[in-house]
Amino acid sequence: MKVSYQWLNKYLPLEEKGIKPAELAEKLARTSVDINDVYSPMTGLKKLVVGQILSFEPHPDSDHLKVCQVEVGEDKPLQIVCGAPNVTAGKKVIVALNGARIKDNVKIKRGKIRGVESNGMLCALQEIGFADKVAPKDYSAGIWFLPDEAEVGAPVYPYLGMDDTIIDTDLTPNRGDMLSIFGNVKDLAAIYDLPSQFTTHQVEENGQGQVADQLAAKVVDDDLADAYELRLVEGLKVADSPLWLQTRLWNAGIRPVNNVVDVTNYVLLKYGQPLHAFDYAKLPAKELTVRLAKEGEQLTTLDGEERTLSANDLVVAAGDQAVALAGTMGGAATMVDDATTTVALEAAIFNPIRVRKQARRLDLHSESSIRFERGINPQTVRQALDEAAYWLQTLAGGKVVPGVVVAKEADQTAKEITIALSRVNHVLGTALTGDEVTAILDRLGFTVKPVDADQMVVSVPARRWDIDLPADLYEEIARIYGYDNIPSTLPTMARTLGGLNPRQARLRASRRILEGLGLNQAISYSLTTEKRAAQFQIAANALPAMKLDYPMSVEHVATRMSIVSGLLGDVAYNHARKVANVALYEQGRIFRPQAGQERPLEEEHVAGVLSGALPAANWQTPAVAVDFYLVKGIVEQYLKNMAVAGEVTYVADASRAEMHPGRTANILLDGQLIGFLGQVHPVVAKEYKIPATYVFELNLAALLDAPTRDKHYDHISRYPAVTRDVALLVDKEVTNQELVAVIKKRGGAFLKEVTLFDLYTGSRLPAGKKSLAYTLTYQAQDATLKEAEVNAAFDKVVHALETECKAEIR
Amino acid sequence: MGVKEKLEDLLKQGIEEINTSQDVKAVEEIRVKMLGKKGPLTAVLRGMKDLSKEERPLVGKFANQVRDELTTAIDEKRASLASAMLNAKLAAETVDVTLPGRPVVQGQPHVIQQIIDQLVDLFSAMGYQVAVGDEVEQDEYNFERLNLPKDHPARDMQDTFYVTPQVLMRTQTSPMQARMMETHDFSKGPLKMISPGKVYRRDTDDATHSHQFHQVEGLVVGEHVTMADLKGTLEVVAKTLFGDQLEVRLRPSYFPFTEPSVEADITCFNCLGKGCAICKQTGWIEVLGAGMVHPNVLKMSGVDPDRYGGFAFGLGPDRFAMIKYGVEDIRDFYQNDVRFLSQFNQKG
Repeated sequence: MKVSYQWLNKYLPLEEKGIKPAELAEKLARTSVDINDVYSPMTGLKKLVVGQILSFEPHPDSDHLKVCQVEVGEDKPLQIVCGAPNVTAGKKVIVALNGARIKDNVKIKRGKIRGVESNGMLCALQEIGFADKVAPKDYSAGIWFLPDEAEVGAPVYPYLGMDDTIIDTDLTPNRGDMLSIFGNVKDLAAIYDLPSQFTTHQVEENGQGQVADQLAAKVVDDDLADAYELRLVEGLKVADSPLWLQTRLWNAGIRPVNNVVDVTNYVLLKYGQPLHAFDYAKLPAKELTVRLAKEGEQLTTLDGEERTLSANDLVVAAGDQAVALAGTMGGAATMVDDATTTVALEAAIFNPIRVRKQARRLDLHSESSIRFERGINPQTVRQALDEAAYWLQTLAGGKVVPGVVVAKEADQTAKEITIALSRVNHVLGTALTGDEVTAILDRLGFTVKPVDADQMVVSVPARRWDIDLPADLYEEIARIYGYDNIPSTLPTMARTLGGLNPRQARLRASRRILEGLGLNQAISYSLTTEKRAAQFQIAANALPAMKLDYPMSVEHVATRMSIVSGLLGDVAYNHARKVANVALYEQGRIFRPQAGQERPLEEEHVAGVLSGALPAANWQTPAVAVDFYLVKGIVEQYLKNMAVAGEVTYVADASRAEMHPGRTANILLDGQLIGFLGQVHPVVAKEYKIPATYVFELNLAALLDAPTRDKHYDHISRYPAVTRDVALLVDKEVTNQELVAVIKKRGGAFLKEVTLFDLYTGSRLPAGKKSLAYTLTYQAQDATLKEAEVNAAFDKVVHALETECKAEIR
Repeated sequence: MGVKEKLEDLLKQGIEEINTSQDVKAVEEIRVKMLGKKGPLTAVLRGMKDLSKEERPLVGKFANQVRDELTTAIDEKRASLASAMLNAKLAAETVDVTLPGRPVVQGQPHVIQQIIDQLVDLFSAMGYQVAVGDEVEQDEYNFERLNLPKDHPARDMQDTFYVTPQVLMRTQTSPMQARMMETHDFSKGPLKMISPGKVYRRDTDDATHSHQFHQVEGLVVGEHVTMADLKGTLEVVAKTLFGDQLEVRLRPSYFPFTEPSVEADITCFNCLGKGCAICKQTGWIEVLGAGMVHPNVLKMSGVDPDRYGGFAFGLGPDRFAMIKYGVEDIRDFYQNDVRFLSQFNQKG
């Protein structure tokens, strides 16, 4: 809420106590509500004074410009050229002198306009910083006229309320009471321990007859409104409001319209009580009913929009015809206009949830709706209604018909809440005395009745409807006492053993391994397109990806079922920015919908992408382009570090449409599929707008569940190792994995290690053949191996390779 | 010329040749020539048999002396030549030490992960357990059990991605409050936990909004937990992350699941409280929300609010990273530009 410092100062001795606006705002922020901004409307403006138009004549070279002589209290009048249509001799106006600064820091300089000297500018409110939606008159209507009593040559700001300071508060949903000057005064009085001189105006019923004879009202269901009251004011003359009233409104960001509408808005600001004025003559029936709308019921609102209502909307109807969206916006058919003479003034407390829902549904958030949503002070419903009637009487010559139509009266009972001093101190960590607590509550205007030395009953007035529980009172005590005064301690309690559990520790270790292997950690979006959500799955889920009911963007509609697809998006982002070398990993959840389950299975996965070169070229070494065997090397080392006990195998796979059919392997742990690695299919890579990219994805949850290797030490043999090399010519289809398996199976007790040292697939080989060469290392733990022992073992291997793998020894 | 004179000549000539030799090979040749079996010294010694008994020991002694002197001179010369050769070789091996080293690849944790890990380590050391929840939650845990019934106005504070009316992308890590409280055995001691993870809001991505970000929820519930404890704990967090010189202040705020609720500010790290553009001239930066657990939240999780109480807080690692490193656009965290990711490589 845009709160006027000057208005507050009317009711609180702020200036008298030297409490400046900035300090007040800071205090509010520390004690009550957040502050968006503190500003003065005149900030940035310079040399704007009151002038009087003495005379004007048409510009010789223009059909709309006028050459005005303007008195500004200097030696002689200024000549100013002005294009406004409403230039009138004798009127007091806003003059921007030579050297003045107007809106957006525009400087006004003496100059010639179409050959005629002009020594300044006559201004509309929009030109000195008023927003279009706040300025009372359209810009096209011309310059602004100041009151006749304005002093020529004096700064204009005080006449327009621009010397005020506005404290723009940002309310949390619980502090609806702070959406009024009344609420701010009450809270500030408590915060500063100041006396409040909040003044109200009582109404003298000076009209004819009884309101009950002319108007009736009812609330059809108790749940729809907590209060509903009406007054009738006759004999009104609709006109502009006085400047002081317009100033209050525009400083609060509300556009002045006419005295009737302005009075309702003034009361809304002062009490936080939204009011609605129906043109009595236009009401189709003289009984107003608060009811739910009929599905499909039509209502044209004040803004001219024809609205189709739903059965959950709350309306005010006259007879069987809806005349207002309750608490949200009035109907066009019964709106106040220049011809209005009698109004039915409505003060109500509508159901906050219903108002909130319809305001949201129709996107109609107004000063009224935000207040109804957050609650209305039951204690000032009648006062607000009466004061509005008073102002209509005072400012628009209205006659207030005796009596009030009360369909429902607000419950103003104070709430009694019992609190214990010991509990207050226990919760806050303070050592407050009973007297201190009582004094704080007293400042807030809550009455305290002691029960015993510890307990007290606190009576909370209905104007603080946000307070229900002892905890709410603890907060009141804490904020008035001051959060700065609360000590800082750490919890003292039984020791707890915190920290990561073993699974969490391994999740962290998993990340460390991949970083050590040269991959940067990425965090991508879990929400993606439906198509990408389903790509690159380790095992295709039976159900499609989970979709959002009401997504915000087409890019983020479904939860991912693989991490790789998001990482490829990252590669594309880098590639588009000419970052060629990308090595990333990501660890996180994927989401697999399960039949019969409300929520998907969330599975921890880890994935990586490699594109470009790793390492990059440097002055010594050429770039090493990433390839299948690099990504495989990373996965192999990763799995070694993760210490899975089972046997890991890699099986060629062409089942994933997104992967290169000849360069993809499934990763199996003891025969179970736990992941895959390989090259992204070139067609898919093109779709992602990325170059050749290699990826892996592992089901980390499955890895964490798998048994791990024991941590143990292998004795290192003191005896020499002996090696034998063997080169094999085999069919192209024979895999390394098959050959190594045979070598290991037939290798004998002393075979320590099998290392591939060469692969040849060149043209010098017979068609359909390839050559692989291995070094076999033999070593015994307790003796030096004899030549004959090694030869015998090696011969067995060679024989097995020849017979089992049809290998030709080269 | 007598034998002695011959030996003297030999010595003189040998020393001269040794001194003028240029390399190890020449020195070796001198050794062979002078001291070898066919050399002059051997010849002199062979001729000893022709000498008288009186002369023989004197000449023998002198000959040995000559041989020792030559041997020593040869050894010294050889050593000095070897040393010179080594020095020459080392000089030839000189490198430009200012050339860059060969790059060694190493990856970095994501900057948000670094902040989360730092927080996890801090709270672990203070005896907090780590509880990781699901990202797809039930409305019940994300809202209702946190004192946010359907139609509560505070639900407007968090626009939500719903999947069904009961299932949603969690908007906060707070659901773990209810999930942990309902399973914790308070007879065995207090509950102290943090819960880091991803959260989602129905927001349009821009420089300051992201539909995905991170939170670290914290919760302490026990028989004696105070607001002063909350304040002290938040101070430890702020000082650990942002430095010792910063202060923490609390301001009233509102969260349906805490009462009292506070917002915590830290001294602006940039201007140290003087006021600057980053802190909008206030000297303070808002960093987190917290409060004392609302009695309704305790009750709904089966915890007796008359006996137990506690505090909860929600930390925003994305915001922390933005503040700490001056990152201006939250989208930088999720687009994973390698040049961005690899910057945060300071360890310890």
